[in-house]
Order: sequence, then structure tokens, then C-alpha cells
Amino acid sequence: MSKDNSAGIGLENVNVWFGEDNERVDAVIDAGFTVSFGGSFGLVGESGSGKSTILRAITGLVPNWSGKISVLGRELSKDRGKEFYSAVQMVFQDPYASLHPRQTVDRVLSEALSLHGFNNVNERILQVLDDVGLDKTFRFRWPHQLSGGQRQRVAIARALIIEPTILLLDEPTSALDVSVQAEILNLLTRLRAEKGLTYLMVSHDLAVVGHMCSKIAVMNGGKIVELLSVEDLRALKAEHPYTKVLLDASVQKRREE
Amino acid sequence: MSMDSKNPQKFSSLYEWLTTDAPISRNQARLSALYMSWLELRSNPMAMFGITILLALVLIAWSAPLLAPQSPFTQDLAARLTPPGEGGYILGSDSLGRDILSRLIYGARITLYIVSLVALLAPIVGLFVGTAAGYLGGWIDVILMRITDIFLAFPKLILALAFVSALGAGIENAVLAIVLTSWPPYARIARAETLTIRDADYIHAIKLQGAGSLRIITRHIWPLCISSLVVRVTLDMAGIILTAAGLGFLGLGAQPPSPEWGAMISAGRKFILDHWWVATMPGMAIFVVSLAFNLLGDGLRDVLDPKKSSK
Repeated sequence: MSKDNSAGIGLENVNVWFGEDNERVDAVIDAGFTVSFGGSFGLVGESGSGKSTILRAITGLVPNWSGKISVLGRELSKDRGKEFYSAVQMVFQDPYASLHPRQTVDRVLSEALSLHGFNNVNERILQVLDDVGLDKTFRFRWPHQLSGGQRQRVAIARALIIEPTILLLDEPTSALDVSVQAEILNLLTRLRAEKGLTYLMVSHDLAVVGHMCSKIAVMNGGKIVELLSVEDLRALKAEHPYTKVLLDASVQKRREE
Repeated sequence: MSMDSKNPQKFSSLYEWLTTDAPISRNQARLSALYMSWLELRSNPMAMFGITILLALVLIAWSAPLLAPQSPFTQDLAARLTPPGEGGYILGSDSLGRDILSRLIYGARITLYIVSLVALLAPIVGLFVGTAAGYLGGWIDVILMRITDIFLAFPKLILALAFVSALGAGIENAVLAIVLTSWPPYARIARAETLTIRDADYIHAIKLQGAGSLRIITRHIWPLCISSLVVRVTLDMAGIILTAAGLGFLGLGAQPPSPEWGAMISAGRKFILDHWWVATMPGMAIFVVSLAFNLLGDGLRDVLDPKKSSK
């Protein structure tokens, strides 16, 4: 893959819809933003605003989309090739649904390695378990023997083990309880610093995105209503009325806590 | 345990090695999962009863020449239709003076042969068709499922009869006919399971790692479909035995003088009022084995139910 070092992910005029004709529902309308290589970008919005759908459009999990999506300076066609899958990985929202119930941690990780033709399977698995902060005794456990936070660490390990450069994070902490949320967020922050990863993170929680990301897009009703930097967010300098409402709600929540 | 010396972690007994929640090798993880299922199955007395009967059946079939008091084929017309318990015939003799007990013992081989062949072939055909239809969807799904519907629309025995008449009578053809008529329900189950699995995040995740459809179906979807198929197969075993017996009864399965249980009932039909034991004894055998499979099936359903184990 030709590496344009400034380009991480770029979206231009992206539309995503479900159904056809009368039943057509537009989930994402005319979305555009860029994530620089090595940067971290947050997509915020309420449920149904289309933020997760953007991730699914990038990964090719939705059938109908139009516009231009480019990854590492290369425009994506309808079929994602092996190059794409080795550069981009995703961490899903619900760790209880994202691990195969009949596969041990070892099986999940070695399957990923064999798909991408890596050797040194043993060392790589032990290394990645160490990277995500899991003891090596977890290697041969089944998902039902793990807690939510441990499962999410395994899901992160599965994404990292094939050494991608871009990680798509679909609300990686929303299914976890608060103390575990902080652990996973710190883990993700540390991994990005260590491995120079590019993050595109979806969340409904402004505090999480403010902690993790340097640039933020606010979505409402399938449209990106405002792009702002994390400094603007912290200074509560929003222009669009919807962003102001979100910020107010978040500040309100802080005060109550 | 020889493994203990090599491993840093010590297990004081085999039991502990099998039940640990932190296995240290692939095989240990697999064995301990199997052992946990076995423990659960063992706590179900009805399933254990079924397993015991089936193990006894396998043992009887395997050691038939040792167990059978007489040859199943030797005729003694002077002793024809001897009632049970008389003249050394524990379960009586049939119309040609053959020992019914010996014939039942040898017949267990034929029953096991039919049942194991059908139980291997039919679910595999169903698994292929069902998972391919469910995962790939689109026109492949439409074509495969309409074929399945056509097979399902016929009564099982009638379709099997048609196949056997076309292929010729005999045990192999009876097996083939039963397989051809019994795969559609398995395809239906496999497809339904696949539809609930295919949009799960763990399938999306493996797709995002670049796995192709064949790999996803065989390595990620099959393991989840197999448990419900295994349960269904054990519950269908009784039906398979009865269909095989039915074909034998109609003269289209095993041919005389083969001691197939269905064919024996058929031969005893003529004397059922005066000499009840000729038809009743093989009937009892079919009943007991069918019951054993059903009990085992119920037990396996409790152990293997994916909804229960994924809690």
C-alpha cells in the first residue's frame, strides 16, 4: 500500500442508506472529515445519529453507500482487499457479542494470525496478551470464563495482533461498568502512544471522546453538524445549537456526579 | 499425570487438571470443556439410562458370535414356533424354527449399521445445504431451500419407498433412501441457526480480518450449528430405526434370511394371534433402542443447548 504519511482516513460526500425506493432510510447524509495519520478522531452523537454506520461503511459491513472513502491515501472500492484488512481493524461495542462463544482466547488470536500469514504464533500471542494487560493464564480460557473488561481486552488483542495502523473503535466502553471503562480507555491511550496507531472512535459520551481524541465531529440525524477541536470542546466553544445542547447536558451530568 | 512435571503450574489430581478455570494448553482446554459436559450429562439419570442401553447394544452387536446361543440362520422345522422358554429357546423360535434371541442379537449389528450410517450422512448433507443457504443468502438460499421444501413435502416413508424401488431392495439402498429423505429437517435447523449467527459481531470481526465465506462457514458457523444438530439426530434415531424397520417390514429393506428387526416383525405378522412372540420380541427390541436414543437426545439437549451454555 502506497503510504501517504499524512493521510489516515478521509471521507468525502459519503451517504449510507438502508432499503430501496419507498422504504429507503438515509442513515448518513453527505458526511466528510479527515483523520490524519497517527491522529485520533471522535464521532459523537445520540443513538441513531449514524455514527456507528460510518464505521460500518468504512469496513464494508453495510451494502449501500456512495461517495469517496480513502484509507492511507488510497480510495476504497466496493470490495475491501486483504491490504485493507491488514491495515484497519475494529473493536466492537459489546464484548459479550464480539467473541465467538466456542473459541478459546488462543483460538481467536491464532485464527487472526493464520489469516494474515504470520509466523511465531506462540510469541506473538503471548506478546499481545501482555500488551493488553492480560496474564498468560488467560490464553486458553473460554469467553464465558472472562469478565466484560477481560473480554474487551481480548477483542482489542484480536485487533492488534495483526499489527494494523488504524483502529476503529465502536463505543468500546459503553457496555462496561464505570471502573472498567477507565481501565480500557487508559489501555487504548497507552497502546496508541506505544504503537503510533490512528484511532477513529465513536461514542455518545463527550467525556470519553474528550479524553481520547484531539478532533471531534458531532453528528445529528445522519449529518455531521459541527467539527471542532478538543480545546474548543473543553472551552465549551460550540457554534451549532445541537452541539451546545450536548455540551450543556454533559456539563449538567458532571455537576450531578 | 506426566504433564505436571513439565508445567510450571501444579495440578494435584486429574480431576483438578480437568476442572481448572485456567488451562495451560490447547488440549487441556478442550478436554476440560468435554469433561464439564460429561459431568452435566452424568447428573441426568435418564440420559445415563439411555447411554447404558446403547453401550450394551454396541457390546452385544460386537460380541454377537459369543453371546448368541445358536446360529441365527439354522432352521429346525421340528421345533418351529416354540413358545418362549421351551426347548432351550429363551425367546421362542420363529416359523422356520430359528432361535429368536440369536436373531435379535445378530440383528443389533444391522440396526447399528443402518443407524450409524444415516446418523453420519444425513446431518452432514443438511449442514452443508443449510449453512450455505443461510450464510450466502440471495438466490443460492432460494434455490437450496426450495429443493429442501420439495423433499419435505413428501411423506418420509413414501419417498424412501420410491427411492428403494428405483434403486433396488437391500440394506445399502435402504440407508441411502433414508438419508435422502431425512436431510431436509437438518438443513432447516442449520439454516435457522446460521441466520441468527451470521450478523453477530464475532462473525463481523472475523470477516474484518479478511476471512472468506468458506472459512467463516466451516470454522466459525459449523461449530455453533453442530450441537443442535446432534440433539436433533439423537431424537430422530428412533424414527430412523422405525423407517428402516418399516422398509424391512414392506420387504424393501433387508432381505431374508437377514435377521433385521423390521423384517422379523413382518415375518411374524402371519402368526401374531396364535404365536405372539414371533412379532413381539423384535418389536420390544426396537422399542427399547428407540427409547434409549430418545432419552439420550433429551439429555444431550440439556447439555449442549447453546443458549444455556452461553449465559
